[in-house]
Amino acid sequence: MKGAKILLECLKKEGVEVMFGISGGSVIDIFDALYDEPAIKYYLTRHEQGAAHAADGYARATGKVGVCIATSGPGATNLVTGIATAYMDSVPIVAITGQVYSHLIGNDAFQEADVTGITRPITKHNYLIKSVEELAVTVKEAFHIARTGRPGPVVIDIAKDAQRTETEFVYPENIKIRGYKPTYSGHPKQIDKAAEIINAAKQPVLYVGGGAIISGAHEELKQLAEKAQIPVTTTLLGLGSFPETHRLSLGMLGMHGTGYANHAVTNCDLLIAVGSRFDDRVTGKLETFAPNAKIIHIDIDPAAISKNVDVDVPIVGDARNILTELTKRIENPSAESWIEQIDAWKKKYPLCYNQGDDIIKPQYVVEQIYEATKGEAIIVTEVGQNQMWAAQFYKYTRPRTFLSSGGLGTMGYGFPAAIGAQVGCPDKIVFDIAGDGSIQMNIQEITTAVANKLPVKVAILNNSFLGMVRQWQDLFYDGRLSGVDLVTNPDFVKVAEAFGATGIRAARPDEVRKAIDKALETPGPVFLDFIVDRSENVFPMVPAGASIHEMIGIIEGMA
Amino acid sequence: MRHTISVLVENKSGVLARVAGLFSGRGYNIDSLNVAETEDTTVSRMTIVARGDDKILEQITKQLNRLVDVIKVNDLSTEKHVERELVMIKVSSQPGNRSEIIHIADIFRANIVDVGHEAMIIAVTGNEEKIAALINILNPYGIKEIARSGRVAIVRGK
Ligand SMILES: Cc1ncc(C[n+]2csc(CCOP(=O)(O)OP(=O)(O)O)c2C)c(N)n1
Repeated sequence: MKGAKILLECLKKEGVEVMFGISGGSVIDIFDALYDEPAIKYYLTRHEQGAAHAADGYARATGKVGVCIATSGPGATNLVTGIATAYMDSVPIVAITGQVYSHLIGNDAFQEADVTGITRPITKHNYLIKSVEELAVTVKEAFHIARTGRPGPVVIDIAKDAQRTETEFVYPENIKIRGYKPTYSGHPKQIDKAAEIINAAKQPVLYVGGGAIISGAHEELKQLAEKAQIPVTTTLLGLGSFPETHRLSLGMLGMHGTGYANHAVTNCDLLIAVGSRFDDRVTGKLETFAPNAKIIHIDIDPAAISKNVDVDVPIVGDARNILTELTKRIENPSAESWIEQIDAWKKKYPLCYNQGDDIIKPQYVVEQIYEATKGEAIIVTEVGQNQMWAAQFYKYTRPRTFLSSGGLGTMGYGFPAAIGAQVGCPDKIVFDIAGDGSIQMNIQEITTAVANKLPVKVAILNNSFLGMVRQWQDLFYDGRLSGVDLVTNPDFVKVAEAFGATGIRAARPDEVRKAIDKALETPGPVFLDFIVDRSENVFPMVPAGASIHEMIGIIEGMA
Repeated sequence: MRHTISVLVENKSGVLARVAGLFSGRGYNIDSLNVAETEDTTVSRMTIVARGDDKILEQITKQLNRLVDVIKVNDLSTEKHVERELVMIKVSSQPGNRSEIIHIADIFRANIVDVGHEAMIIAVTGNEEKIAALINILNPYGIKEIARSGRVAIVRGK
C-alpha cells in the first residue's frame, strides 16, 4: 500500500471523520488517496490558517482530535498561527504537512520550508517522516500525544517520496514512548493535605481554567463546590466549566473579570486553582494576588505549577480524578457568612451598561443573543472587546460552549473555529461574536461555510475601530488614537451577499432582536452587521500592573 | 548559580534543537553542552551547564521533562556526582622553554599530545578548578587555542 493510503488508513483507525485544509504539490498524493475514501469528509478552506483554526474549533467543541492538512512551504507556514493558537490553549490537533522529496530536503527546493524547525516551539511534539516505514507508528504516536496528558498540537511533516512509496500496512496495537508518561491520579498524600486545608478554610474560592473542561471535570467540580460551599470563578477558557446561573458562580476573574470575582479572590483565605495557570491577565500585580490565601494547585502539567506563584499544595494529575477524591474528603462547608458576603458584592458590583433608545450597545447584542438562543448556543469569539463582552454578557452553563483564543489572543480565530465547531456539532447553533477588525482576518472562510451549507452566524459588533486598542489609547495614551480607525471598512452585508451568504444590518436597538431572530431562521451562514456605539469601553478593567481589586470603570449597584 | 543538568534523551535527530530551544527561547546562554551515546545506543546523555536563578532553572528542568524525547532529567547541583572536562590547550613554546612546560603538564597530570616547532598541545582532564589553574599558569607562555569538551558528569554509585 502507498504511504498516502496508509496515512488515511491510520487516520480512520484513530477515528478521524473530518479534515480541513488546502492541497498542493507536496500533498497531492494524499488528495489522490482521498479521492476514493468516503469515510473521511474533507473541508476545503480558503486559507490554511482557516484550516488550522477550524480543526481547533472542531476539537474544542467536540473533545476529539481536529485534523488539518497543508502542502509544503507556504501551505505549512500559513498553518503556523493556528498551531500556535492551539498550543497556547492546549487543544489537540494533528497538522499534516507535505514536505519536498527527502533527497531534496535542505537544498532550498521549490516550496521547501523547515516545518519541524519552525513549529518546534509551538507544538507539543512534531515529526519529520522521510521513509514510509515510519508512517504508521508515527501517526499512532502523534494522536496519542495530541490527546493525552495536557493536550496539544502535533505536526507530522511527510516527505513526498514517503507518500508515494509502497509498503505493507500494519497498524501498531500499542506504542511505548519512554519519555512520555502523563500522571493522571493525584498523589493521595497531597489530596489529604488539600482536603484538610479546604475543611479548615472559611473563605475559599475555586479558580478554574480550561484544564477543567479538557478533563471533563464539570460535574465533579459542581459536586465539590456544592458540598464544600465554595464560590467558583473561571478564567476566560474556563467559562462553561461551572454554570454561571448558579448561586456559587462568580463569573470570570482578572483584567475584565467581574468586580465580585476579583474582590472574592483578593479576600479569600484559600484559593483552589484547577487547570488554570495564573496567567498575568488573570493575576494582575502578583504580589497582591490573593494575598492572604493558601494556594492549592491542581494541574496535569507539572511545569504549570509554581511557575508564577508559590503554591502550598501542588497536586499533579487529572482534575476530574482529583476533584472526585477531594469531594469524598469534605467534612466542613465554608462559612455561610462568606457566601452572604459574595451575594453582597454581586449586588454592589454588577456587570452593567446603559442601553438608550438610539445607539446599540455591544453588550446588549450579546445579551440578546443569549436570550434568543436560550443560553444553548456554542459561542465562538474573535479577539478584543467583542471577546470580553461575549465572555461577560452571555451566561455559560455547559462545557465546550465557549471557544476563544485565550493564550495567544489570535484575531481571525473565531470565524474559522466556528466553522469547525459547526462541523463537529451540526445540531447546535454556533455564533461567532466578532469585531469588525478581526472578522476581516479570515473573512474568506465564508466561502467554506457557504459551500458546505454550514449555518454559522456571525455577529459583528461593528464599531469601525480596532476597539480594544482604541480603548487602551483612550485610557492610557491620552486619547492619541493611532492606527485604529476602520471607517473604511467594507459593507459587510454586501460582502456576505457577494459570497452567497446572507447579510443583515441592525443600526438601532429595536432592530437587534429582530435581526438575531431572522438570522436564526435563515438557513446557511449569516453575517449580522451591528452598528454599535463606537466609544463603548469594556469595564470593569484592571489596568496593567495593578492589583485585581483596583478596577476602573466599576459601577456600584444599589447595595 | 551554576547548574549541571544531566539529561537522558532519545538518540534521534532534532532532540538537540528541542533541548537547546528551551534555553535560547528564554534568552539563556548555555555555558557548555556535551552530547554522546550512552551504554544503550538508543539513548544519549546531554550534560548541560547553565547559569540562572534557581527558579528559572527549575522551570527549564520542568520544561525539559515535558519534551517527549526526554527520558530523564537530573539537576546534579542537588546530587552527589563526579564531573570532568577534557581540555586541549595549544600553547606557544620554543626549544628553550619546552621542558619547563612539560614539567608543568606533569604536575597537573596532563599529557603532551603534540609538539611542533612553535607550539605544543597539552591535553588535560579534570574539574573546573584544576583546568582553570593550568590555563592560568600556561597563560604567560601564550595560549594560541583552546578546545574544551564541555563538562560531563555522572551521579555517584551507591
Ligand atoms: C492577529 C492579531 N493581530 C493584532 C492583535 C492585537 N489586537 C488585539 S485586540 C485588537 C483590536 C481588535 O479589533 P476588532 O476585531 O475590531 O474588535 P473590537 O476590539 O473592536 O471588538 C488588536 C489589533 C491581535 N490580538 N491579533
